[in-house]
Amino acid sequence: MKKIPNNKAWFLVLPVFLLVAFSAIVPIMTVVNYSVQDIFDQNTAYFVGAEWYREMLRSPRLLDSLLRQFSYSFSVLLIEIPLGIAVALMMPAKGRMASVSLILVAIPLLIPWNVVGTIWQTFSRADIGLFGWSLNAIGIDYNYASNAGDAWFTVLLMDVWHWTSLIALLCYSGLRAIPEAFYQAARIDRASSWAIFRFIQLPRLKSVLVIGVLLRFMDSFMIYTEPFVLTGGGPGNSTTFLSQALTKMAIGQFDIGPAAAFSLIYYLIVLLVCYLFFTIINLQDKAK
Amino acid sequence: MNWMAWTDLTATFFSVIGVILLCMTVYEIKVPCIDRKGFLPISTTRGDRLFIGLLSSAYIHLAFLAFTELSLMIALALSVIWLAVLLRWG
Repeated sequence: MKKIPNNKAWFLVLPVFLLVAFSAIVPIMTVVNYSVQDIFDQNTAYFVGAEWYREMLRSPRLLDSLLRQFSYSFSVLLIEIPLGIAVALMMPAKGRMASVSLILVAIPLLIPWNVVGTIWQTFSRADIGLFGWSLNAIGIDYNYASNAGDAWFTVLLMDVWHWTSLIALLCYSGLRAIPEAFYQAARIDRASSWAIFRFIQLPRLKSVLVIGVLLRFMDSFMIYTEPFVLTGGGPGNSTTFLSQALTKMAIGQFDIGPAAAFSLIYYLIVLLVCYLFFTIINLQDKAK
Repeated sequence: MNWMAWTDLTATFFSVIGVILLCMTVYEIKVPCIDRKGFLPISTTRGDRLFIGLLSSAYIHLAFLAFTELSLMIALALSVIWLAVLLRWG
């Protein structure tokens, strides 16, 4: 079939474009304007050129939280992806138990971020929380409010608890889409269960896993509420991730100029990562 | 427009981006482009190359600010050359 290009359809997108212009394009232009000025109040602003960018790019505060952010996002992916696949493989394929396990697995996804933070904050307290108290009772010195390692462990555990379900559900749907004939062929060849996983299931899961990695990377890269409620970024700055460092600067100290430069650098990193994922997904579609 | 705190520099910046987008749209309507493979590892359309060029130019500027004391005019000149090379041979 020959497609007739009709660009008039773009006019139908106009209302959305106007909406996006006001919710995204105008604010981002304003942020760009702020980032080259030293803002004191509504009417007093001095042009400083690229000074804020230079300062931000060289400030240990930004670089530390950037490094922390990347190690956090990669740890999240390293734990959640294999764990999610494992959970999906263990979930029953049909029958009543399949529905029950689907609902159980989906529950953490329905809980809002701040509630998750509060749950874990209480759950992990060394004095009254079940988790924290139990760890201390069996002789492990654990206190997320004073030990940076413990704080990291708790923030990671919280994210794994909250979001592994997403990967598991994505993989579960991917697994159900594999035709039975593949497994029959594997049985005829007497393939081991590892071989079935390696050569049938994993390649078939590739496209859902790309989406899963993208979603988890993006979500963990902009994480704010959960560590804010759980640790408040502490102890010290040990769990202050990018968005929280940015908020402290912009709203806490009202340093609009540096915060604007910081957020544009943040934005450029996100844009690059998104574009890479977009290209990978496109290449996959073309290969099909 | 006072609330957006415009400066001459940022106004020029956005105008140039706008003009580039407009020119590329007109060019695309007059001469529709097709995917092709240049020195980049993937096959790209004209719009892809423009996006890659603009994004990498932003990173060139950030690298200049982070690692050197040189004027940003040099970064700008480099970016323009890079963008032209990318659009022609990328």
